[in-house]
Amino acid sequence: MSAQPNRLPEGGRIDRTRPLSFRFNRKTYEGFAGDTLASALLANDVHLVGRSFKLHRPRGIVGLGPEEPNAIVQIGRGATTTPNLRATQVALEEALEAHPVRGWPGLRYDLGYVADFASRLFGAGFYYKTFMSPQRSWPVYEKLIRRAAGFGSSPTEPDTDRYEHVNVHCDVLVAGAGPAGLMAALAAAKSGARVIVADELPEVGGTLRGSREALAGKSADDWLEDVVSELDAHSDVTLLTRACVSGYFDHNFLTIVEDVSGHVRQRQWRARARQVVLAQGAFERPLVFCNNDRPGVMMASAVSTYINRYAVRAGSRAVVFTNNDSGYRTALDLRRAGADVEAVVDSRLHAEPVEGEALTEDGVPLLRGHVVCDVAGVNRVRAVRVAKWNGDISTPVDATINIDCDLVAMSGGFSPAVHLFSQSGGRIEWDLARHCFVPGDRVQACRVAGAANGMWSLAECLGDGLAAGRAAAEACGFEAPELDAPAVDAEHAIALEPLWRVPATTDPDRCPKQFIDFQNDVSVADVRLAVREVYRNVEHVKRYTALGFGTDQGKLGNINGMAVLAECLDEPIARVGTTTFRPPYTPVSFGVAAGEGVGDLYDPVRKTAIHEWHEEAGAEFENVGQWHRPWYFPRDGENLHAAVARECVATRRSLGIMDASTLGKIDVRGPDAVTFLERIYTHDVGKMQAGRCAYGIMLGEDGMLKDDGVMARLSEQRFYLTTTTGGAAAVLAWLESWLQTEWPELDVYLTSLTDQYSTIAVAGPNSRRLLEKVGCDIDLSHDAFPFMSTREAELANVPVSLFRVSFSGELAFEVNIDSGHALAMWRLLMDAGGEFDITPYGTETMHVLRAEKGYVIVGQDTDGSVTPVDLGMKWMLSKEKDYLGRRSLARPDSTREDRKQFVGLLSVDGSTVVPEGAQLVDDSSAQNPVPMCGHVTSSYRSACLGHPIALGLVAAGRARKGETVYACAGDVEPVPVTITSPVFYDPKGDRQRDG
Amino acid sequence: MLLIRCPWCGERAETEFSYGGEAGIKRPAAPDRLSDPEWADYLFMRRNPRGAHRELWNHAQGCRRWFSAERDTVSYRIARTWRLDEEDSG
Amino acid sequence: MKYSAWSLFKNALRHNRNWPEAWRKAEPKKHYDVVIVGGGGHGLATAYYLASEQGVRNVAVVEKGWIGGGNTGRNTTIVRSNYLWTEAALLYEKSMQLWESLSRELNYNVMFSQRGVYNLGHTLQDMRDIERRVNANRLNGIDAEVVMADEIAKGIPFINTSPDARYPILGASLQRRAGVARHDAVAWGFARAANALGVDIIEQCEVTGLDVDGGRITGLQSTRGAIGADRVGVVVAGNASVVAQMADLRLPIESHPLQAFVSEPLKPVLDTVVMSNAVHGYISQSDKGELVIGAGIDAYNGYGQRGSYPTIEHAMQAILELFPIFSRVRMLRLWGGIVDVCPDACPIISRTPVDGLYFNCGWGTGGFKATPGSGWVFAHTIAHDQPHALNAAFDLERFETGALIDEHGAAAVAH
Repeated sequence: MSAQPNRLPEGGRIDRTRPLSFRFNRKTYEGFAGDTLASALLANDVHLVGRSFKLHRPRGIVGLGPEEPNAIVQIGRGATTTPNLRATQVALEEALEAHPVRGWPGLRYDLGYVADFASRLFGAGFYYKTFMSPQRSWPVYEKLIRRAAGFGSSPTEPDTDRYEHVNVHCDVLVAGAGPAGLMAALAAAKSGARVIVADELPEVGGTLRGSREALAGKSADDWLEDVVSELDAHSDVTLLTRACVSGYFDHNFLTIVEDVSGHVRQRQWRARARQVVLAQGAFERPLVFCNNDRPGVMMASAVSTYINRYAVRAGSRAVVFTNNDSGYRTALDLRRAGADVEAVVDSRLHAEPVEGEALTEDGVPLLRGHVVCDVAGVNRVRAVRVAKWNGDISTPVDATINIDCDLVAMSGGFSPAVHLFSQSGGRIEWDLARHCFVPGDRVQACRVAGAANGMWSLAECLGDGLAAGRAAAEACGFEAPELDAPAVDAEHAIALEPLWRVPATTDPDRCPKQFIDFQNDVSVADVRLAVREVYRNVEHVKRYTALGFGTDQGKLGNINGMAVLAECLDEPIARVGTTTFRPPYTPVSFGVAAGEGVGDLYDPVRKTAIHEWHEEAGAEFENVGQWHRPWYFPRDGENLHAAVARECVATRRSLGIMDASTLGKIDVRGPDAVTFLERIYTHDVGKMQAGRCAYGIMLGEDGMLKDDGVMARLSEQRFYLTTTTGGAAAVLAWLESWLQTEWPELDVYLTSLTDQYSTIAVAGPNSRRLLEKVGCDIDLSHDAFPFMSTREAELANVPVSLFRVSFSGELAFEVNIDSGHALAMWRLLMDAGGEFDITPYGTETMHVLRAEKGYVIVGQDTDGSVTPVDLGMKWMLSKEKDYLGRRSLARPDSTREDRKQFVGLLSVDGSTVVPEGAQLVDDSSAQNPVPMCGHVTSSYRSACLGHPIALGLVAAGRARKGETVYACAGDVEPVPVTITSPVFYDPKGDRQRDG
Repeated sequence: MLLIRCPWCGERAETEFSYGGEAGIKRPAAPDRLSDPEWADYLFMRRNPRGAHRELWNHAQGCRRWFSAERDTVSYRIARTWRLDEEDSG
Repeated sequence: MKYSAWSLFKNALRHNRNWPEAWRKAEPKKHYDVVIVGGGGHGLATAYYLASEQGVRNVAVVEKGWIGGGNTGRNTTIVRSNYLWTEAALLYEKSMQLWESLSRELNYNVMFSQRGVYNLGHTLQDMRDIERRVNANRLNGIDAEVVMADEIAKGIPFINTSPDARYPILGASLQRRAGVARHDAVAWGFARAANALGVDIIEQCEVTGLDVDGGRITGLQSTRGAIGADRVGVVVAGNASVVAQMADLRLPIESHPLQAFVSEPLKPVLDTVVMSNAVHGYISQSDKGELVIGAGIDAYNGYGQRGSYPTIEHAMQAILELFPIFSRVRMLRLWGGIVDVCPDACPIISRTPVDGLYFNCGWGTGGFKATPGSGWVFAHTIAHDQPHALNAAFDLERFETGALIDEHGAAAVAH
């Protein structure tokens, strides 16, 4: 057997000087650069390439591009194996390795094929009617079904390739670079518009490429070269090949997925176009006859293109079956390629195509008023059975003619590729004259041109594209110069007479399967069954039969399915309606849709100015919002508990230091700052004197605690707010929204200082001494700088804002410092603190110290359903003013006595650490559902107190101090706990106030 | 992805903006005088129309200004946007 | 005809020519005891339980398009009941129990597949919330457990449990009884079973007005004429506000786009359902082999049944954070639905100020799982003119009293 038996000796757009060796289904073959995997397989006379989804029927290559339903392969191995690629879209490469995705144990002998022999059991929706009994049986069946389903396999290693996104703007975006698209691009470019033109193929030209057409006196390929160089001459034109416009979204936003090679595998262009021209061509329709899925039955246009573009003759003895003139041109192509054309079977009674004469002269039998009604052969077409037909679909025919052949080229006419137009929101209409859905009213700034617009002849397509390109440019305000479409040699007619279903020798429910959707094995009988069972809306039919749900997205089969449905319902196709096409136009890899935003770039990491020191000190970190915060600082192999115990004790005994820079910081200033903040905070802001701090809480309008933090009045008209780490951005946005939308009359300015300033908290009895030691230019004594006040100062000759506030309950200062100096200041304080055993601590110790004091952490002790009254903060609610959320506190549910209230919890045995998240119950022996009276929000070992402590929310808890409830968590015995005050340490606050 | 005209900055991609919901919900001047249903009406009840919707947007990644827009909630077409201190011309 | 393996076999012998209609296409009658507006899963389930449990059989379901064509046919089919608050948990658990016998009850295989649902935790606070919810679930009699990263790695092959991930997986809650179901089948199964009990299913019938007389509903106007009704139950998901306006009612609801997408079919690779709050996305694999992935909700109000593409890109990034192996897998189809969102992320199943008019709405992103339970309590509410104990807390008045059931913590991720 010669290499590439189906390769023609000359022609095609392949590079015969670059032979490529590849493997398919464990055999080695040869093809050429410029081949697709499909054309190379056909060149080697490999037709059997896949198995169907449900019935495991042998399947061959049918089409040419994204419409291909059968030739689904897995490419490559390891981390870069790719499932479910269509052989028609895989560019051949040296050493390419392709595997069929279905068939066990192999492609040729597939045990699953037994399903086909019982296919009547597996009609549309059969699975809804069985596997129900006994109840336990479904998981067993499901497992079998799942194993049988699926095409290719996911890689099992992370992808080693990269993907990128590019954002672009243009005046005119042209989707498709066939004759219409190129003319549109040319017209727009000549007007001076910024143009992007993208085509999924490696070369522009679409159906023109490799064809025998002549334009403007040149061959098609020469003319295309000229157009490309002309476009290249315009610097504002971006011509993309191997780039498929896959999504058309609102406001003329489109996505283009480009295959590239090198360090990036694919690139997604995110394009915003002022005007769009859609010129993605048309898809040929299959004809629906018995066993029309046998390998060797192909689309006629694909047969022609394989000959012209790839120099591959898919068979040597062909039968052409058509309902329009284009099939005759395929017959001519086949003849020129040296194939025998055993017959052209034309379902039309009175067709007189011009090409008919040449064929007759050539001795090709033309069977008008005939149909192919069945196919013989299993793994490859062996023969067709042909019947005379009078145009009456309702009566069976007599198949009297048998024609041996190895290839059937079928053409049922063409369907414009209206997918992107439909995605754009445009309406699709049935065209009675052209027998296809065409673009109707548009809703976005787009035009459709060429075959996508229902134009079938080359001259029409060129003219239509030209007009669309001009109109698009003019709509952008450009003046489009006069331009003529190139003269075209021959004019080709279509003269389609629709044939949606071919009559068989018996009725359509009994005859061999007439496939509509190849991939999902949907046949005429399935659609009829769906209708019989009342699934009559086109969406119901699709969902019940799975029509159009394959990876080809119904590009071939949907229209025939709708027509068969219309026939069943005795309604015109226009009434049956089309379905909405959803993005993407062809499948898009997850990787390219995600772009660069994966792995390290998934979400930015925020680090404080002091982060470097924490890393050097061996801190463990936790994620808080986007921040990496030190969690604890283990020494000598300490675990969390040991480190935290040490950090807590050191702080309370002498001196701790913490990086609190992640707290949100907002500068508020202006003549109306007080008025504004009075409405935001619950306390009396106006009564604060300059230099004083206050603990402030903000409520949502629903009365629930939203955020909290220390806020300071720096001067009459200037305040400094701090927020929680996680709430910083949200609080600023929220304040701004009130200011701008509700109270624009207030003269107030907000500025985020979160990144500009770093905050170093020094806490513990020796904190004052530390600051004095490094040199502070102000009096830090209690009388001069009392608790809850703020001072501008110089610390070690660096300007800082000092806050005498405490979240630990100890004497403490917060040093706010320009972030550029923060790390140096931290190091200075660490050095100076040596004599006090200065101990850095992280978020965990901070949590323990504050819990010992009964301070709330918003988001941990609260969850959006907790009011300040619940938290025991009634004292913070001013009675003299309105503030956000105040009214909600008066609602009946907010004033319930039995609301959950913030309390302390101590395990009765004094040693058990109550699990955080434990639910509290009154009766530990109650049956499910057990009434719950609260839950544990925070729980810690307390080294300073010598016993564990916990905080929680308990229904009417403040009135229940001393009572015992049970903490239930997981499988362990409920832990009896006593309800207490949430303040465990220094309840009077002497240490922080007077220290 | 929507294309939104910020009245200060011009047309920008939707990803630069945050959404503020229905426009024109005025905070009551004296909440204390409202009944619970009246307060709930302000707090929670929304027109949520199918069709033209006056709404608030914030150019969060840009000038951080809030502004008004009239957008169709079915077609997503934005008829116009205007500054909060401009007269609502529609 | 009862569906069974035997009936499949018998019909196969007759070339499947004798299958009866799954339900009868009905013309509207002049008057019904109850008209349900909305032929989605919830509406059809309501009609079914009205007929089967409440003995009310003079019932019609009117649907403006085709049944199951709204969110029922557009969601990611996750079923679980591990909600935080008792009110929500017991309602969803009722639904879960109905799911567990639904195929047999309806004689229609809804393919309820209890393959477990993991809700991942990525931060210490996530883990506290997970502990809290799991403990609450167990006390409510709902199966739930906390699993740590090593167990997750064993239970979900290929998930990225690396501590170096941007948001490492620290643990998860796992509800083993949770899973997925076949969405279309739920609508069709309820329609068939309800129709068998006498319920009229009327498609292509859009309600254009509600007839209220003296504070009482008397019927409705539709594109197929006036239909009288003693009681009307409205279950129209995203369009609740539009129908409410016909009776001059305002609802605390906003309608938003919610998107989802599927991959091309793959050989089995993911045997459970994975959801993540912090890394925002959720994923399962269908019986057909497609990865079914839900994206986040779009921020703006929208009835367009489509959202913005960046939302899809974010979901994709999130899924690749959890499963870097899926990078070369391809998205086949993406779509959007309209979700009606309540301020507390919990539904409204309630009487209204209009006598005889009931609303069931506000399910937000999580309505599919509730389909049978929602229908069950709504049928009770309509038949008795008062809520069942399971939905008493889900009334409209809670927005006045402030007794919200805030499931945001548990439901921050769309599902």
